[in-house]
Amino acid sequence: MDKYKILILLVLLACLSPAFAEEKRVLTVFCGAGLTGALSEIGGLYENTTNMSIEFNFDGVPAMRAQIEQGAYADVLVSANLKHMDALKSEGFINNSTVEVFARNKVAIIVPNDNPANITGLKDLAVPGVKILMGTKDLPAGDYALQVLDRLAADPEFGQEYKESVLSNVVSQETTVNRIVSKIALGEADAGFAFISDVSPEMIGKVTRISVPDKYNVIGDFPVGVLSQSEYPEEAQAFLDLMMSSDGQAILEKYGFIPVVQAVQAVASGGSSKAATA
Amino acid sequence: MTTIEAVRHFRGIILSKELFRRLRSRAAKAGLALLIFLTISFIALPVVSLFVKSPLDTVLRSLSSPMVVDALRLSLSTAAVSTLIVVILGTPLAYVNARFRYPGKEIADSAIDLPVIMPPAVAGIALLMAFGRMGVLGQHLNAMGISIAFTTLAVIIAQIFVSSPFFIRQARTSFEDVDLSIENAARTLGASRAYTFLHVILPIAFNGLVSGAIMAFARSLGEFGATIMFAGNFQGRTQTMPLAIYTAMQGDLDAALCLAIILVIISFLVIFLVKALSRRVYENAGN
Repeated sequence: MDKYKILILLVLLACLSPAFAEEKRVLTVFCGAGLTGALSEIGGLYENTTNMSIEFNFDGVPAMRAQIEQGAYADVLVSANLKHMDALKSEGFINNSTVEVFARNKVAIIVPNDNPANITGLKDLAVPGVKILMGTKDLPAGDYALQVLDRLAADPEFGQEYKESVLSNVVSQETTVNRIVSKIALGEADAGFAFISDVSPEMIGKVTRISVPDKYNVIGDFPVGVLSQSEYPEEAQAFLDLMMSSDGQAILEKYGFIPVVQAVQAVASGGSSKAATA
Repeated sequence: MTTIEAVRHFRGIILSKELFRRLRSRAAKAGLALLIFLTISFIALPVVSLFVKSPLDTVLRSLSSPMVVDALRLSLSTAAVSTLIVVILGTPLAYVNARFRYPGKEIADSAIDLPVIMPPAVAGIALLMAFGRMGVLGQHLNAMGISIAFTTLAVIIAQIFVSSPFFIRQARTSFEDVDLSIENAARTLGASRAYTFLHVILPIAFNGLVSGAIMAFARSLGEFGATIMFAGNFQGRTQTMPLAIYTAMQGDLDAALCLAIILVIISFLVIFLVKALSRRVYENAGN
């Protein structure tokens, strides 16, 4: 009996030992869920080149903003629009001088690969009975989608009626853009408003992207900033610098984001034109 | 070996007797009181904080917001419907499992309890794989033009899935508690099986059935994970109170707090109702 007790104690100690091991320096990054793929890869690069490890919290940006406002700790916030970043800036949660736009993005319509509702263009979204997924109005993806619909409504070719028919086809307002993409990939709905970057490498073959013409589209600025409460402001800045570096920008571009650094953009335009013909 | 074990066993008994004696001492009582106080405080603090952090006027103002009204109406109506279905389907099942043996009963019992243990996210994805448009059953329904995901029906299905064990377990226990001799007496006096069930067993077990139904109702009201994954999030159609709280957390914290307070009050009502009902049933039984 006692022998077993000692054994159990040892096992417990072994389980706890990582907790007692040398204190690991962790950079906590709150990141919009749609950036999961790209930022994980940049995070891996960061961990390889520094002695910091990274902990990500991937969620809808408004949810993380509420968490920060309620006192959650983070070093870096990666947002999918300026609205939430600006709000946190004005509330004093962000070190304002660190904020920069690291990538841009556009709205895209995504449909399941077998396209059950046979959606080939914007007009098809207004056909009664089409099941459409959108973000909540507070979610960047939902906010941008509403802006696109407003632009379409302003064009007599579509008009206000178009916007209303599309909105009446919305069956769910999702709280992360990832949930829109995965539900489309499962074929549960017919179309979803997401970003051009949301057809990530693992989603190719499951969802198809239908692009929104530039005259209706919104170019979304994606900002990143260091929080004023950060215990590792320098390390956090290094993470931002990595995102802005040509390596970071190349990763973002690979995931479909529009890079912001000029040198990369030249390469990017070649890449995206190739994607357009493909 | 056996003697050593016997000695150890004996020593254990002596130790526990000593412990018992010590427990009865005043110091132990004080310690126990403190422990109970801390435990209750730990549970009560978050609930009290909800009320502390939300001034009455903002709660009342949020009470008229369409999001709150829609969520409240949807939650109460879907939970009522799913509870009704759970009671209708669950009562015969609980009775059969309480009284009879049949092949595969163990498996049936485990299957019934599964949703209690299952993490909500697993329940959500499982429902999607079954009833979703590409699901095992859903694809056939879809071919017939019936689509469940993103409808109020999906909310009800999710609620039935997660809440049915709460009723069935309680109902089964209540049926098991009915003295078999009473049942046999009714049968020997010429009552049919159905008559005995309706007029003898059901009234005696009523107390437990009602509290089981109330527990299932409460669980349905609180259902979140499976709903957001399977039914989606649309105000007035699938956005129940927990989903509205989650959504409002991202924009309108006051509305979220208002809904949270309503749910807490409902939870309290549920507890009081279960206790009051069971007391009344006991009194009736006494008369």
